[in-house]
Amino acid sequence: MAQRKNMRGALRTITDHVATGLAILATVLVVAPLVAIFGYLIYKGASSLNLAFFTEIPKPEGEVGGGMANAIVGSAVLLGVASLLGIPIGIGGGIYLAEFGRGTRLANAIRFTADVLNGVPSIVMGIAIYSLIVFQQKHFSAFSGGVALGIMMIPTVTRTTEEMLLMVPHSIREAALGLGVPNWRSVLSITLKTASPGVITGCMLAFARVAGETAPLLFTALGNQFWSVDLNQPIAALPLQIYIYAISPYDDQHRLAWAGALVLIALIVLAVSLVRYVAGRGILKGAS
Amino acid sequence: MGVGIEVTNLNAWYGANHTLQDINLPIPANHATALIGPSGCGKSTFVRCLNRMHETNPIAKVTGSVRIGEIDIYADASPVEVRRRVGMVFQRPNPFPTMSIYDNVASGLKLNGYSNRRALDEIVERSLKHAALWDEVKDDLRKKSGASLSGGQQQRMCIARALAVDPEVLLMDEPASALDPVSTSKIEDLIFQLKSQYTIVIVTHNMQQAARVAEKTGFFLNGRMVEFDSTHKIFTNPSDKRTEDYITGRFG
Repeated sequence: MAQRKNMRGALRTITDHVATGLAILATVLVVAPLVAIFGYLIYKGASSLNLAFFTEIPKPEGEVGGGMANAIVGSAVLLGVASLLGIPIGIGGGIYLAEFGRGTRLANAIRFTADVLNGVPSIVMGIAIYSLIVFQQKHFSAFSGGVALGIMMIPTVTRTTEEMLLMVPHSIREAALGLGVPNWRSVLSITLKTASPGVITGCMLAFARVAGETAPLLFTALGNQFWSVDLNQPIAALPLQIYIYAISPYDDQHRLAWAGALVLIALIVLAVSLVRYVAGRGILKGAS
Repeated sequence: MGVGIEVTNLNAWYGANHTLQDINLPIPANHATALIGPSGCGKSTFVRCLNRMHETNPIAKVTGSVRIGEIDIYADASPVEVRRRVGMVFQRPNPFPTMSIYDNVASGLKLNGYSNRRALDEIVERSLKHAALWDEVKDDLRKKSGASLSGGQQQRMCIARALAVDPEVLLMDEPASALDPVSTSKIEDLIFQLKSQYTIVIVTHNMQQAARVAEKTGFFLNGRMVEFDSTHKIFTNPSDKRTEDYITGRFG
């Protein structure tokens, strides 16, 4: 009897170790590609990083050196326009889905549309914005590129906002309403605020995803070898510049493309960490 | 100061479910009134009709009249106005998790646009003192989240939060059912002190609690009010057989 119990105990210990081992293995498999990509980028790109990379614009074809300063600033401008468009609309849509439209036909239609929009290939988004904005205006522009990226952000932001709001316990909404707080105020100051860490994560996910998009920019923002922050002019962007350099025949430009890729990833990580830090500063002791 | 409540022909539904049927009840000002009855008898629905929280559920419906002081809350006022005059404490403590203790207590005023800092400081202190929580939290009012307090402290903070908007009526829906005996007795002491200034309606599963804190008691069964009388009479000499069966523990 005692022996059987012992055997069962041993079996249980083994199962436990195997399960833990599998979980660790899965974690390693998740992290490995990220580490590999980052390591490879550093290996290939770090040697081409210098001050000129961050301060100079691309040299003319065939000349060695130059940098991607205009592309870094261009990407920032494009992402700024995209965020200004995508985040408010996305959060607004999420609030409607979770708080006001629950169960209505309109809400179901919006949810369905957002999911479809999420699946639209980015090149299709580029063509759509090309025919809607670029073709009408008869010129490429930073604005059209920002709009293309912004629209791509909307579904992610909307759906995460909705899900995060739905996770806020009903009792907290009741507490606010019970104090005589109007519903709209309760939604903005209580429900949205309680859900804000998750909502911010959703916005950052959307931001990071579009930051590396190249296809929708090909025929909207177009790219630019010179300085420009004019929303009505073609503008440079890191992914575009990486693309142009990567397919060029020159070794020096290949190296710059690797450096650009490294900088792009580093800037995304930096931006996401910064937002998290700023958003996390207000959190109190013991808040869940 | 508290005001009396006059409930006439109150009926309430959840969808097709007729949860309250023809309730008539005078609730006296500045007293505690307890509502007892088995689970699902409609007592929670009833208190939620007194501050129009019932109708926040889209399938809910109410008819009849509830007069609080001079005002018929279903005819003369918006739900938001009603809820400012009728505070509510819920079954489980529900602090706002992102807010400090101070902000939790001040939330009702702040969210309604009140921003005089000195007055707010005073109101927060007074409300926490009223809720017998001030001494325990005064040192980290702004540092600690309301959610970091113990369950009993959270519930007293929620009472302070309800008192801060200066209501005339305080509804308590089983305010101690999720708490330990020590916290429960603190809440009961509190009810005893608060009823000189507020009209209190307390739903409770615990008959001893009703007997301890309330002057009047109403017994609910299957969506109807079976008997309403002085607490002493309900517990010693009820006029209805069903009330007697319930309080002697024959069902429920």
